[in-house]
Amino acid sequence: MIALFARDIRLATRAGGGFGLGLGFFLILCTLVPFGVGPSGATLALIAPGILWVGALLACLLSLDRIFALDHEDGSLDLLATAPIPLEGVVVIKAAAHWITTGLPLVVAAPIFGLLLHLPAIAMPWLVAALLIGTPALSLLGAFGAALTVGLRRGGLLLSLLVLPLYIPTLLFGAEVVRRGMVDAAPLTPLAFLGAITLLSCALVPFAGAAVLRVNLR
Amino acid sequence: MIELGKYAIPVLAAYAVSAVLIAGLILQSLAANARARRDLDRQEQRDG
Amino acid sequence: MSIWEYANPVKFMRLSGRVLPWVAIGAAICIASGLVWGFLTPPDYKQGATVKIIFLHVPAAMMAINIWAMMLVASLIWLIRRHHVSALAAKAAAPVGAVMTLIALITGAIWGQPMWGTWWEWDPRLTSVLILFLFYLGYIALWSAIDDADTAADLTGWLCIVGSIFAFLSRYAVLFWNQGLHQGASLSLAPGERMSAVYRYPLYLSMLGFGLLFLALVLVRTRTEIRRRRLAALIAREVRA
Repeated sequence: MIALFARDIRLATRAGGGFGLGLGFFLILCTLVPFGVGPSGATLALIAPGILWVGALLACLLSLDRIFALDHEDGSLDLLATAPIPLEGVVVIKAAAHWITTGLPLVVAAPIFGLLLHLPAIAMPWLVAALLIGTPALSLLGAFGAALTVGLRRGGLLLSLLVLPLYIPTLLFGAEVVRRGMVDAAPLTPLAFLGAITLLSCALVPFAGAAVLRVNLR
Repeated sequence: MIELGKYAIPVLAAYAVSAVLIAGLILQSLAANARARRDLDRQEQRDG
Repeated sequence: MSIWEYANPVKFMRLSGRVLPWVAIGAAICIASGLVWGFLTPPDYKQGATVKIIFLHVPAAMMAINIWAMMLVASLIWLIRRHHVSALAAKAAAPVGAVMTLIALITGAIWGQPMWGTWWEWDPRLTSVLILFLFYLGYIALWSAIDDADTAADLTGWLCIVGSIFAFLSRYAVLFWNQGLHQGASLSLAPGERMSAVYRYPLYLSMLGFGLLFLALVLVRTRTEIRRRRLAALIAREVRA
């Protein structure tokens, strides 16, 4: 399992593997938004939680199809399915590797993007905490969506239609944490809900994802 | 005639939109069913 | 004699063919009389004539949710007991559910414009119906994207299960996010909230009619799917021969 994890990280960090692409996308988004809504700091601070979270969603979505598609094309997914580790474990590992390469960089870099959008300093720790707790759910649910569409030729657009509705609770609570953090109004409550959703995804997705993969590998 | 008062347009619009959507759904279902039945009959006849 | 006998496509076709005309006639009678009766009701003292929209809006919204629940049950039956008719019924129900959701949204918007002064409000109830619509779209899109019928049935079945959990979560998450503008449950039995009998009885009739309409449509569409499957099987046999 550790070998598989290391392999996925290595593949992702190699040139053209997509590592950092999510960050670049995030930076472009945070640069574009002020052109769209005007440079006023007050307006930007108001919408910053939403923009940062929607950006995290989209950045995560961009790299989802890589989770299983490449392994499916070259046949290593079939090998993994016959390997001694259970397919459920493969799904978890794949989601974890995806999170390390796209979720974690976002968490680390989020304060910088927050500065660009005039997010008040008091909300910064909450932004980082919310992303840290919420983004694993994005990677897990994304892994389920990627497993659903792995056999399809043009699954990209379909994938977003399938996965984005699943992201709604995470987005809602995640943005609520930051919004409440800005005015210091009990942001722990939505943070707890966010954690609950991530834990639920942890419990549910490996089994659903593995079942779906087995269907697709039939 | 029933008195709809100043809300005649919204009420009639709501009924019209719903009627169009439901009628479209029914027609589409029936047409698809008729097509499937025709294709199947033809195939079964060919198979003898 | 058990209900599972009708999981046999031949038996299902025979029974549904016999029942279908009666269900369709019943649906037509109930909807027509419910809506005409609804049209004859006096205007509400607050809402005026717009109250008549409720005879479309409430049954459609009710069907929007119940059809998804029916799809969940049908998907579970397919995944657990592998009855093909069940998977095809779930597939057949999805477009009906999507149209019902759309009707609930549109009639709600038309009613909200004069009453609330806005076509759309990010109210928890409205928002969760919109989210449900998105789930319907994803489900239908996944069905149409996959060529192999059994694979499609399995994958959409799993999507329906996971989607149900997250649609349910979203339903309660949006309560956290925004306060409601929408009235409480229309059929609430709590005293003081209960709707006047003048409106309640035509509403019941209309709801029954929408339920029968759904049943009739699902039967027709499931029959269509069964015929398509049989045709595909015949063609495959011919190619092999």
